[in-house]
Amino acid sequence: MLEWIQTHQQMIYIVILMIFVGIEVIGRVPSVLHTPLMSGANAIHGVVIIGAIIVMGQAEDGNYLAIILGFLAVVLGTLNVVGGFVVTDRMLEMFKKKK
Amino acid sequence: MELNILTLCYLIASVTFIVGLKMLSHPASARKGNLLAAAGMTIAILGTIFLYKDSEGNGLHNYAWIFAGLLIGGVIGTLAAKKVKMTAMPEMVSLFNGMGGACAALISIVEFNHLVKGYGAHLAAGGGPEFFAVLDKTTLLIILLGLIIGSISFAGSMIAWGKLNGRIKDISFKGQHLVNNLLILLIFGLAAYLLIASPAQTVPFFYAIVVLSLVYGIFFVMPIGGADMPVVISLLNSFTGVAAACGGFLYDNKVMLTGGILVGAAGTLLTILMCKAMNRSLMNVLLGSFGGSAAGGGAAAAASGGTYKEISLSDAATVMSYANKVMIVPGYGLAVAQAQHVCHELEKVLEAKGVDVKYAIHPVAGRMPGHMNVLLAEADVSYEKLLEMEQANDEFKSTDVVLVLGANDVVNPAAKNDPASPIFGMPILEVEEAKTVIVNKRSMKPGYAGIENQLFFQPRTSMLFGDAKKALQDLLAEIKSIG
Repeated sequence: MLEWIQTHQQMIYIVILMIFVGIEVIGRVPSVLHTPLMSGANAIHGVVIIGAIIVMGQAEDGNYLAIILGFLAVVLGTLNVVGGFVVTDRMLEMFKKKK
Repeated sequence: MELNILTLCYLIASVTFIVGLKMLSHPASARKGNLLAAAGMTIAILGTIFLYKDSEGNGLHNYAWIFAGLLIGGVIGTLAAKKVKMTAMPEMVSLFNGMGGACAALISIVEFNHLVKGYGAHLAAGGGPEFFAVLDKTTLLIILLGLIIGSISFAGSMIAWGKLNGRIKDISFKGQHLVNNLLILLIFGLAAYLLIASPAQTVPFFYAIVVLSLVYGIFFVMPIGGADMPVVISLLNSFTGVAAACGGFLYDNKVMLTGGILVGAAGTLLTILMCKAMNRSLMNVLLGSFGGSAAGGGAAAAASGGTYKEISLSDAATVMSYANKVMIVPGYGLAVAQAQHVCHELEKVLEAKGVDVKYAIHPVAGRMPGHMNVLLAEADVSYEKLLEMEQANDEFKSTDVVLVLGANDVVNPAAKNDPASPIFGMPILEVEEAKTVIVNKRSMKPGYAGIENQLFFQPRTSMLFGDAKKALQDLLAEIKSIG
């Protein structure tokens, strides 16, 4: 157990700190912004695309399962990222126009 | 050297995520925050494509596949996001969230296959049958976690998406919570068995977990009422965040870890904040107790209800034309009917007659917090005209006419004075304080919480039945004809 913590200590630090940052950062958000904020956060977890790119880029020639699944993962991940940011921007554009 | 630049890319991206999220939570800086995070994401993605090296120093290949995938996803994503109607925004978020979950689950499946291949090679080379001789348990644990959470998030988001656009109805059966709990126990039991007992045949167990997780995701969201979908989407959003973070662990990738956990934590808090706005606990939402206890509350209210009265278009037009102050309370009905433009038109015509028109916005009106603001903004309703709940409640006493457009539970006085009601304690818009209340609804059917609304039976209330857009157009014509 101790050994495990030792080898993964950087990761564990990041996890703990990010939990607090995540909570702190959106602590006092007005309810009007709940939806765009959720949508923005949705786009940010699209960072999973990086994993998909790595999977795709490492798939050996001839390993069709890995290629197909990896390709699908890249497409879906991109949908998440691009769609997420564009939708959020459209929502926020609505807010802007009123001024 | 290239690797150092990649580290820098990831560092920049991580910072933009944090700052972007911070900016997103303030109205003035929100849009810039979103763009900042998007820029960070672009840097991280490009950096990964061109600079990533595995532990042996090999770069990535299959560039054609990667770019094709990015292109297809990018084009479909942009088009879908640009084309979607404002009212369908919540579904869209849910759909994109599901894609992220599926992506995380797929990564886990591919990585698991790598493990199995590695094990096969190990056996062929004359190694012992012990599965964990060749890999470390942490890796499998992370793969399983990413798989389970990603699959649940994917299946759940698809159901939430279907529910919001009306394709899937609420389905619940007796003992569903028991079944759900057994399912999740089974999933984690299987995962634990894989990890601890390390059976010789791992593949069937792994795919059993995939299937069970998908089934759990469906069952988890199925019984929850449509009105609670925003909370569910927000929760699933934070799930996907955690699934993405699992990928970060797997590839020792700090930016995935940062982004994933950040969203996981922020998403969880946001979920709780949304529940608070409805004055309910997360457990209450997840157990879908609205469906269960609503029958009792509804029956009681119906018994005390009695008769309601209808108002003719011309009467409604007259009352509104000669009022000093009109307050419009929009709800989901307005969004469904796409009546926001007609609504703005009505507001302008009344203003021209010297009537003071304002909008009272309940924080959870519609299907998502902020739904009404977005909708009215689309129709160019000016920001100053939108009153938040507290301000609006101060003004109802001096309001002549309240026009309720397709809102129901957020104006139900049972939340204030009927302790037996399932929505008791939820802050509401106290429209019954106004001199006249005109309620536009399609029928007397109860709202999403499934309970009767005593407001409709009060002497000051009159009903104007019909689709919000149609009713408003007719009303507008009547008001114009008054001159």
